[in-house]
Amino acid sequence: MAPQLAITLVFFYWPAGQALYQSMLRQDPFGLRTKFVWFANFRKVLADPAYLNSIKVTVVFSLATAIVAMGVALLLAVMAEKAMRGKGLYRTLLIWPYAVAPAIAGMLWLFLFNPSIGSLAYLLRSLGIAWDPLLNGTHAMILLVSAAAWKQISYNFLFFVAGLQAVPKTLIEAAAMDGAGETKRFWTIVFPLLAPTTFFLLVVNTVYALFDTFGIVHAVTGGGPGKTTETLVYKVYNDGFVNLILGDSAAQSVILMVIVIALTAIQFRYVERKVHYG
Amino acid sequence: MIGQSPLRTFIAHAVLILGILIVAFPIYYTFVASTHTLQTILRPPLPLLPGGQLWNNYSEALFGGIGRIGGVSVGRLLLNTTIMALGVAVGKIFISILSAYAIVFFRFPLRMTFFWLIFITLMLPVEVRILPTYKVMVDLGMIDTYAGLIVPLIASATATLLFRQFFMTIPGELVEAARVDGAGPWRFFFDILLPLSRTNIAALFVILFIYGWTQYLWPLLVTNSNDMNTIVIALRKMVSFADADTEWHLVMVTAMLAIVPPILVVVLMQRWFVRGLVESEK
Repeated sequence: MAPQLAITLVFFYWPAGQALYQSMLRQDPFGLRTKFVWFANFRKVLADPAYLNSIKVTVVFSLATAIVAMGVALLLAVMAEKAMRGKGLYRTLLIWPYAVAPAIAGMLWLFLFNPSIGSLAYLLRSLGIAWDPLLNGTHAMILLVSAAAWKQISYNFLFFVAGLQAVPKTLIEAAAMDGAGETKRFWTIVFPLLAPTTFFLLVVNTVYALFDTFGIVHAVTGGGPGKTTETLVYKVYNDGFVNLILGDSAAQSVILMVIVIALTAIQFRYVERKVHYG
Repeated sequence: MIGQSPLRTFIAHAVLILGILIVAFPIYYTFVASTHTLQTILRPPLPLLPGGQLWNNYSEALFGGIGRIGGVSVGRLLLNTTIMALGVAVGKIFISILSAYAIVFFRFPLRMTFFWLIFITLMLPVEVRILPTYKVMVDLGMIDTYAGLIVPLIASATATLLFRQFFMTIPGELVEAARVDGAGPWRFFFDILLPLSRTNIAALFVILFIYGWTQYLWPLLVTNSNDMNTIVIALRKMVSFADADTEWHLVMVTAMLAIVPPILVVVLMQRWFVRGLVESEK
């Protein structure tokens, strides 16, 4: 058994290890000469206005996506808890966007909102809104956020439903006895008890918005118009594979790794805390 | 349970139905678009009911039409995607169940080191290490191969951790009982461990299948020839919003074909999927 495990491990660990090693050490300006430049790449990247812009874009995009996706999902989950009949059916009907690839989700939304042929864009125009995600950066961002959030609703919904089921019914009944109305019961009892779920989902959604949405960005806007929707992962790809600035791209990869590790650490702290709550 | 006024129940149902409409609308609309002619699609607004071109569009897409774009048939793309999704799901479950087995039930030198080596990969999704991994793939000559599509995605620790957690809940008595009855490591693995972890495997399979099917960045990088594209990538290549010669009716058919298999997997295996998702990620 053990040898087999060792083979598996080496096989499975090697690319990752290699990856880490390379992105840390190899900083080649042209590919012909490889020079070890310490942190020059990092300094360059961090001073680059385009990179700072892309950080800003990513933060806005991630927060908006997480808030929209979680808000809608929470609302639906609370409603599903209330609706006694047909819960299973509702769940089935709500979970399938999970299976849709982010890139396809983006394309579908772009199809709906495409200024020349999209039907919903047509609707917006007839309402008097000059809608053009291909030219207007804000519109492009709205489109991306909708597509990304849409895809994530079903995932959050499942977790919120599970979280709601864990809230003890006796607490709610006691509050009802004391005369707390429905809204008050939700905000003072259910919502605080959901906090661990909410926090967990916040981390997961942020990671999702950071990484899994590359497909959406690439398929829908390609980072444009201008640089208004260029997220960090998209920039790594663009600099490394399109513009071939390898050193910058590698440095950006490392920065991203740091972000991921930080997020994972936060998540694990949270898991620990949750164990204490029992 | 507290009594509820009928009005509130009504509101709950109304909100849910509205939510479902929002969630389902883009997919429904794609289906509608896939049953109309190109001319109808290009003249918005598109009617809300399916048109009469269902058969024509689908047969054109399946047996010819799409071939013009990049010269690859939809069947080939679906095959590629299926191989990739199955490969990722089966491969990942296979290697992670083995290494979890070894880590939990065997004592050998450097056991914890190995565990941490695996554990660290959890923190580095493919998206973060695209360039270096790509370089490794080039060096190994794995560009444009199924192995190149699948293997780097297998290298991640989520499934291993999950199996480890599950194996640790198996009581020591069971292990000892098996040993007393003369079952060797292999027998224990196949006759006791595998049947016990059936639900976990099913749940993981669904999640990983979806994961493999919906990959975008990695297939985009590692496949150069159109023959090896997955359907998601091919779809992206078909669409050009800038000019008018995108054949939207065929694109929509392809989109439907790309969406339906994973949705079927999720809906049909819903019980395991929900269990696996909610339990595994905590």
